[in-house]
Amino acid sequence: MNPTVCVPRDSGAVSLGAGEVADAIAAEAGRRRADLTLVRNGSRGLYWLEPMVEVETARGRLAYGPVAPSDVASLFDANFLAGGQHRLALGPTAEIPYLRNQQRLTFARVGVTDPVSVDDYVGHGGYRGLERALAMNGAQIVEEVTLSGLRGRGGAGFPAGIKWKTTLGVEAAQKYIVCNADEGDSGTFSDRMIMEGDPLLLIEGMTIAAIAVGATEGLIYLRSEYPDALRTLNEALAAAARKGYLGANLCGSGKAFNLEVRVGAGAYICGEETAMLESLEGRRGMVRFKPPLPAISGLFGRPTIINNVITLASVPVILERGANFYKDYGMGRSRGTLPIQLAGNVSHPGLIEKAFGVSLREIVYGYGGGTASGRPVRAVQVGGPLGAYFPESMLDLPLDYEALAANGGLLGHGGVVVFDDTVDLAQQARYAMEFCALESCGKCTPCRIGSTRGVELIDQLVAGNRESAQVLRELCDTMTAASLCALGGLTPLPVMSALKHFPQDFGLAPEGTPSGSALR
Amino acid sequence: MSHQAVPGDAVSKRAPVNRRGTRCDSVIRKKEMAKQLDKSAVEAIANALKGKPGALMPILRRVQDELGWIPPDSIPLLAQILNLSRAEVYGVVSFYHDFRREPPARNVIKVCRAESCQAMGGVALANHIKQRLKCEFGATSADRVFTLEPVYCLGNCACSPAVVINGELIGRTTSERFDAALARLEARLR
Repeated sequence: MNPTVCVPRDSGAVSLGAGEVADAIAAEAGRRRADLTLVRNGSRGLYWLEPMVEVETARGRLAYGPVAPSDVASLFDANFLAGGQHRLALGPTAEIPYLRNQQRLTFARVGVTDPVSVDDYVGHGGYRGLERALAMNGAQIVEEVTLSGLRGRGGAGFPAGIKWKTTLGVEAAQKYIVCNADEGDSGTFSDRMIMEGDPLLLIEGMTIAAIAVGATEGLIYLRSEYPDALRTLNEALAAAARKGYLGANLCGSGKAFNLEVRVGAGAYICGEETAMLESLEGRRGMVRFKPPLPAISGLFGRPTIINNVITLASVPVILERGANFYKDYGMGRSRGTLPIQLAGNVSHPGLIEKAFGVSLREIVYGYGGGTASGRPVRAVQVGGPLGAYFPESMLDLPLDYEALAANGGLLGHGGVVVFDDTVDLAQQARYAMEFCALESCGKCTPCRIGSTRGVELIDQLVAGNRESAQVLRELCDTMTAASLCALGGLTPLPVMSALKHFPQDFGLAPEGTPSGSALR
Repeated sequence: MSHQAVPGDAVSKRAPVNRRGTRCDSVIRKKEMAKQLDKSAVEAIANALKGKPGALMPILRRVQDELGWIPPDSIPLLAQILNLSRAEVYGVVSFYHDFRREPPARNVIKVCRAESCQAMGGVALANHIKQRLKCEFGATSADRVFTLEPVYCLGNCACSPAVVINGELIGRTTSERFDAALARLEARLR
């Protein structure tokens, strides 16, 4: 049999030259008349080693990386197709500590399989969840998801089972499943990795949701910044339909489910579920008042389940292995695993799927290996542009919905961005307000106007006007309490956390000293 | 959000003149022909997709992908085909950052300005790029060779800082890596 060589098609790997490496391998193999099968897999998420090339050998899969096109000839010289020694050799992929020490449930297949091959997917345990779901009734499926403790991974952390139960309980001629793939939170990329690395998992999760509540139409609202994910998703959708896993009679069950990808147009606010519905209906992405809940009256006024990519992609394993298996991971009210996305100024950025409860310190130092610049870590932002900035001294916090909320932060979509000691937190706070001003849908006043006033107040504060601190604090209170959605309501988090933990960056004395009394 | 002037205003409608001050009919003819071509392209797209629920977004998306922008003439056209008011169509076009109301230069460079890229020197990189392209964010260079657009996260945070050159994503971008990519691009243009 031909040796199989895997070079990722993941856009992150491609941004570092994976495409050129794949071309070079194919060309070199042609020159040497070496037979090989080239598979374009997803990324394992070890981005500092990308482009990472894997070879299937008798000893299992062996990794080489980071590979440049100019390394390819020497890899062939070293007989890498048989696992030969080379300066870029990393040994068995599964034994790389960063990967070995993870608990990959949702990401089990990402980087392992050919993302658009249904056979490969089924061969690695895919569609077993759907098979089980097809033998259950809707209420049983919803019960299984509820018992697993799965909470929305998009940021709000709302129990998925309860959402599903609401939609199940509504009688309607048409129901929808909408996947929120508008992964706009900066510092996050796990949705993208699933869509580029194991899109069939998302398709399976959405199909299970559809059978559970009796929906026949599904839409994936994908952000326009992900053209590679769009290509891969469309290929996977076509492949699934060809094999009878989508369409009028899925798996011969007599049930119908059709799935389509819709592409957004660069509005961050469309990641908010009701703004997303507006956009899908062909309008400006303006946030809707709730109630009615989308679960009862959502897309085109029909009952609609809206979950993000990781939530839906976590469903197949719950159905396959059972609610208890999934629930055994995690801590407190945060059950299961969380794909953590480590980025920013860090030596080993990447995707780390772990049970809830792992500490930030273990992520930043244990996995991340500290800063890329070699300078001390000064701040870590958790949960995207609406997440808090924590100082190094708070890194023992566990990654858990409740623990972060209790400390003035949020888990959000599980992104962790590391900053070294050159960061100016006043500028980061200003950026948070600026971003809110740029992306506000404009419907509510605290967000639309508060964000612009926030930028001005931070500028005044930095220019030496200390009274602005109190006004800024009051403005943030108003935004938190009176904004219609999370954009205006949570922008104060990065701002206030920066002000609280890094007052010196704003020209204020640290907390506890007399002149710092303006800080409460 | 910065609101540009509505395209098709008085200034851009002024007839081109040659050095002797007479009208250049061939230029006008070419522009008119291009307009007609755009119009029929928009019409074809709209008619192909109008049956979809919530059709306006997919239609605008494809117009932008095929023409690079949303020509002002397409707004009344789409309103008519979809039975919407012109205000509704214009409102959607102007809401989304992606939809351009001016034609872009033939090269579009996008630079991520979000936190992870900032943590890896993104601000200095953005300044370097602005200088190299002689162009600010949201603008087109005077020679109309480059359009520079800000973007807030490309999902390539683990390979920060990230830029996109004519649709091609580049990770771990340094000034040198950017200059090399630009040199390759300029060599192709020559």
